[in-house]
Amino acid sequence: MRKVFAMLFLAIIGFYLFNTFALIPFGKNKMNADVAASYLNSGVQKTGAVNIVTSIVVNYRGFDTLGEVTVLFLAATGMGALLFRKKPMQRSRQNASVIVKTGARILFPLIIILGVYVFVHGHLTPGGGFQGGAIIASGFLLMFMSYRTYKVNHKVLSLFETFAGTSFVLLGLFGLIWGTSFLANILPFGEANTLFSAGIIPLIYIAVGIKVGSELTAVLDTMLKTVK
Amino acid sequence: MILTILEIILVVVLIGAALLAVWYRDLVAAVIASSVVSLMLSIIFYILQAPDVALTEAAIGVGLTTIIFMIAIRKTKRFEE
Repeated sequence: MRKVFAMLFLAIIGFYLFNTFALIPFGKNKMNADVAASYLNSGVQKTGAVNIVTSIVVNYRGFDTLGEVTVLFLAATGMGALLFRKKPMQRSRQNASVIVKTGARILFPLIIILGVYVFVHGHLTPGGGFQGGAIIASGFLLMFMSYRTYKVNHKVLSLFETFAGTSFVLLGLFGLIWGTSFLANILPFGEANTLFSAGIIPLIYIAVGIKVGSELTAVLDTMLKTVK
Repeated sequence: MILTILEIILVVVLIGAALLAVWYRDLVAAVIASSVVSLMLSIIFYILQAPDVALTEAAIGVGLTTIIFMIAIRKTKRFEE
């Protein structure tokens, strides 16, 4: 009985896969000719984002981005579950040198501002939520490295993470309610090439940036807590 | 012309560092070699006009991954048998 179900399932998947690939003429490079050109030619008018990469990641393939963020969330959660300790291990008391400490104190706010800049301007300049979040996490890493007693509050981190993840899903649902589909761009596009343009794309990228930044910081903190 | 020479140097360093990362028995050296791979790759991405990917590769490949591997090595063993 189970084998019959498995064969039926495979047949259904095979049927749809075959139908999809049958549409592409054999030996023709359909991707380069049609798909890429249509993104490049009509991307700005359709999404309002000047940065084509952002318009693909957040608008055309927004659902995939939600999946990616979920994967990162699961990885961080799994790491926290595997390395969980009731009493965090005492890290060595030796501090970094004065030069490193002073430099880190000066650079830390600048790095955070750079990260925020990168994800707020995701629809205008290269970069976006993932890059900005990684930059913010590397700023926290600098502080972890130079001050052995530097601590982050895990409750605040998970609060940020929850807020950002929920707002991403809520923005998608708003698109479903007032627009045509999940993550549909419901806000007005505004004038292209200005900060307040491209509808919900900047909002989603701000949410992704906060989420990635707090998740990676939590991962680093969990790793550092389990070593001497 | 200069760009071509630069690209060739970058690719050679990249492949060399990738081979070293596999060859080293000392895991700390292997992690440093793999971060060199990421650095070269990020510069190549920038030359090939993909600044978005270059940013990601620089922040994650060179920065965070290296440090996370280093912490993991400190927790476990440094030398591969």
